Amino acid sequence: MRHIINLEVENSAGVMARIVGLFSARGYNIESIVAGKTVEECTARITLVVIGDDKIIEQVNKQLNKLIDVIRVTDVTREDFVNRELLLVKIHCPPARRTEASLVGNIFGAKVVDISAKSLTFELTGSESKITAFLQTLRPFGIREVARTGPIAMVRDFNPRSSE
Amino acid sequence: MTGAEMIIHALKREGVRALFGYPGGMVIDIFDALYSAGVPFYLTRHEQGAAHAADGFARASGEVGVCLATSGPGATNLVTGLATAYLDSIPVVAITGQVPTSLIGNDAFQEADMLGITRSITKHNFLVKEVDELPRLLKSAFYIARSGRPGPVLIDIPKDIQQATTAMPYPDEVNIRSYKPTVAGHLPQIQKAAARISRAERPVIFAGGGVISSGASAELALLARRMQAPVTTSLMGLGAFPETDPLALKMVGMHGTAYANYAIQEADLLIAIGVRFDDRVTGKVSKFAPKAEIIHIDIDPATIRKNVKVSIPLVGDIRCVLTELNQLVENRNHDPWLQTVAGWKRENPLQYTQNGGISPQAVIRTIAEMTGHQAIIATEVGQNQMWSAQFYDFISPRTWISSGGLGTMGFGFPAAIGAQVAHPGRLVIDIAGDGSIQMNIQELATAALYNLPVKIVILNNRSLGMVRQWQSIFYQRRFSGVCLNRDARCPGECDGRSDSCPLYLPDFVRLAAAYNIPGFRSERPEEVAPILEKAFAHDGPAIVEFRISQEENVFPMVPAGAGLNEMLRGMA
Repeated sequence: MRHIINLEVENSAGVMARIVGLFSARGYNIESIVAGKTVEECTARITLVVIGDDKIIEQVNKQLNKLIDVIRVTDVTREDFVNRELLLVKIHCPPARRTEASLVGNIFGAKVVDISAKSLTFELTGSESKITAFLQTLRPFGIREVARTGPIAMVRDFNPRSSE
Repeated sequence: MTGAEMIIHALKREGVRALFGYPGGMVIDIFDALYSAGVPFYLTRHEQGAAHAADGFARASGEVGVCLATSGPGATNLVTGLATAYLDSIPVVAITGQVPTSLIGNDAFQEADMLGITRSITKHNFLVKEVDELPRLLKSAFYIARSGRPGPVLIDIPKDIQQATTAMPYPDEVNIRSYKPTVAGHLPQIQKAAARISRAERPVIFAGGGVISSGASAELALLARRMQAPVTTSLMGLGAFPETDPLALKMVGMHGTAYANYAIQEADLLIAIGVRFDDRVTGKVSKFAPKAEIIHIDIDPATIRKNVKVSIPLVGDIRCVLTELNQLVENRNHDPWLQTVAGWKRENPLQYTQNGGISPQAVIRTIAEMTGHQAIIATEVGQNQMWSAQFYDFISPRTWISSGGLGTMGFGFPAAIGAQVAHPGRLVIDIAGDGSIQMNIQELATAALYNLPVKIVILNNRSLGMVRQWQSIFYQRRFSGVCLNRDARCPGECDGRSDSCPLYLPDFVRLAAAYNIPGFRSERPEEVAPILEKAFAHDGPAIVEFRISQEENVFPMVPAGAGLNEMLRGMA
């Protein structure tokens, strides 16, 4: 199964290498890794997508927790969560096809961020499945370049079963 | 205070009794600060020797072992020592010099990325980039090394940091927000464990190195007596429970006793304490302890359910957990089970055949009797290690110094040096093979010059015996690359039984003489005890060489991938 794991880590120089090194040393599969600053200067947030059965994921969690620079490990997949990924995609798009392309873009809520005589670049934020669907729809145009961030995720506070 | 002075200051504040190391360009400042500092320094002949000596010091004393090396090759020579300490959870702090911060990343002379190289073989490592951070990071290194599940920590200190001055004081304690080892056990889990223990009919306690690092031997003994449960240990757990006790099953696993292996396979409850279920213990995991529920007590949550299924996990410091548990466990009687176990013991004792020459097993037994099981026994790795583990009968913790996890040949002798430094008055013996002793033989100079009276007992079978044993059993006696005397005159194919073998090389007695230490040699069983007596009585290091047959093998043996009850008991 696929798990999205959030890490709160010390924002130190070697922390990313420690995490990636752990995965290669123990033979775990890592699908994506996203890192960014937080409001606290000395803390960074890393989101991992990891594939493995329950036993492997349990070990991944424990081994990540063991790293001295890792402050907190949260497997968001075990809870109700929102996840988003950012996509930049550049397609072949002569002027004659611009209307058609922007129609597709509108349907998905993508923004045009660059345009040239031959190409069009979209920006799209969404769940991974939405991004994958968008890319498939654009395929007939001819995709020239794709950049995906991999997902970031947050546990939802809203609980439909509670009275709040 | 300069950075270099701060390092020496830190050693003093941490109560470091011995520093093992080797100088070089990027640590000259540290050596300068050491010059009149009063911290006992031991100059080894190789940085690997320094790392193993620090490790042996830590294993024998329970204190943090410290080693020091220069950048580049000095630091990379520590690597095997750090990996050895890491796999066995031994607290070691390695201080390495690094090229000045302005040169890092330039492929400068004697530059190596030690953070990158040691990341997966240390508990943690640091590169010091500001001299003001140095006191806190030094304190952190010692704290991380000795707390929680202990392990080696490397602190890499560039030369300019050693030369810079800081006004920051050495802290009394550090608070690392991301590192809070669990010490006290979770009470409901302890209660659950106690309840399960009270229902057990065929319990076995399986104790490991964690019992020793936590100092929980007394608590373990109390639990065993209350429960009336037999106790087996892992290789790392030797000495955690007296092997002469009627409840002792001695070591389990690949070369464990038959009765320990049978007991594990028949147990209905296995109380695993401070172990990590290494593959050399479990054999084929799916066949391991098939009838048992497992209570697993360990300070490292990651060891739990890593290799085997566990019914009741209990995370915490073993001494704390056992103290709590002992308050809840009532006196029990398992006579029928203990009688079954006693039957296995009677029918399957450790044994060996006399072949007319010196039996290595008999050498170990003789040493055990002569030392009252009280000497500190270091070993190398291979047959010498397994015979020592099987036949010495350890009765107290920290008397067994052996590379369990990494299986490092060449570990024993420098580790024995470290153990001897930790315990100047005690008899320290390195039981070695002729292969592994040659891997750090240069440390003879260290032992000789500091007059560290380590006794080296070489069981010389002129071959790499454990690999040869595997080739004997599993590779149709195709002895490839295991003869240590093979030379140009030997036939292309050797059956390993030629009568016209070349001379033994090296001549260990003459080698001892080259270092001005006594050397003894024999191939006659009746000379074993008198020679050992002479060597042990000598006030200084000594080499004893006993020539044994190449055909001596270690049994029982669980072949890799088999279940624990599927042992080989001897050559077919």
